[in-house]
Amino acid sequence: MARTRPEPIQIVKQRRDAALNALVHGVPYIRFLGIEFDRRGDELTGILKFDDKLIGNPFLPAIHGGVTAAFLETTSIITLNWFYLWPDIESGAIDIEQMAAGNLPRLPKTIDFTVDYLRSGLPRDAYARATVSRAGRRYASVRVEAWQDNREKPFAQATGHFLMPPKTAVPGG
Amino acid sequence: MVDKVKLARQFIEAIPHARAINMQLTDIGDGRAEIQMPYDERLIGDPKTGVIHGGAVSAMMDTCCGAAVMSHPAAPAGTATIDLRIDYMRAATPGQTIRTSATCYHITRSVAFVRATATDDDADRPVATASGTFTVEPK
Repeated sequence: MARTRPEPIQIVKQRRDAALNALVHGVPYIRFLGIEFDRRGDELTGILKFDDKLIGNPFLPAIHGGVTAAFLETTSIITLNWFYLWPDIESGAIDIEQMAAGNLPRLPKTIDFTVDYLRSGLPRDAYARATVSRAGRRYASVRVEAWQDNREKPFAQATGHFLMPPKTAVPGG
Repeated sequence: MVDKVKLARQFIEAIPHARAINMQLTDIGDGRAEIQMPYDERLIGDPKTGVIHGGAVSAMMDTCCGAAVMSHPAAPAGTATIDLRIDYMRAATPGQTIRTSATCYHITRSVAFVRATATDDDADRPVATASGTFTVEPK
């Protein structure tokens, strides 16, 4: 039995990056905060580029707590969406061009989100990684951590619960 | 007499991020604060429906809770968020201003306890609620 030949790397990369790009850049608020995502295989890292408009305390100065919360929440949602859509991205069941045109599939919704502030956010770039602890048929639970200079010293962490969209058959899937 | 609300408003509106997303302090005093944020297309989280992103609501909740702590009669010299939990009840109706009202319902020498509710024009059905703890910085 002949094994099917793996797809060329450019095709795989292009499909994954186009899907991620549609998920991230289609959202005005993510663009407003300037959050980008770095992808290594299926692992995502959120990057919050420092900007003056993100300051909450002009005297320290420090990143606004609300911005930190928004960064953690965005990283959680994108990571959850990413793992939710991953099988269909890989199989090609999702039409990436449709996604890029703004026709995103129905995505999970936040139920609740709890942020622990561990130290103040310094006026420099921040990074975050989220872990989907459980993705059930109806609910998902996600953990996320954000750090700046030192990965071992997170400045904030959070957990959130999400409502999964009803699973409908992907057309052509 | 110095207008306390006016002073607090200037203080909140001097916060770069509060200005960036147009937060306006409408009332403050005795451990309570109210902030409103007009609808803004830059803050959309769902481009299909135009619903505001939860993160923008979080930023507003955090600021409003902090303002409530600062306005408490125990008068902390400063405050920082320890933790904040937000429950999202429903999507805010696109096009409408979101209003948050926060209450610092208990304060000790080191910790302030706060609750907040966010609504749109339909004030009877909350968009989101929050509860959190804040540090109390000594004078």
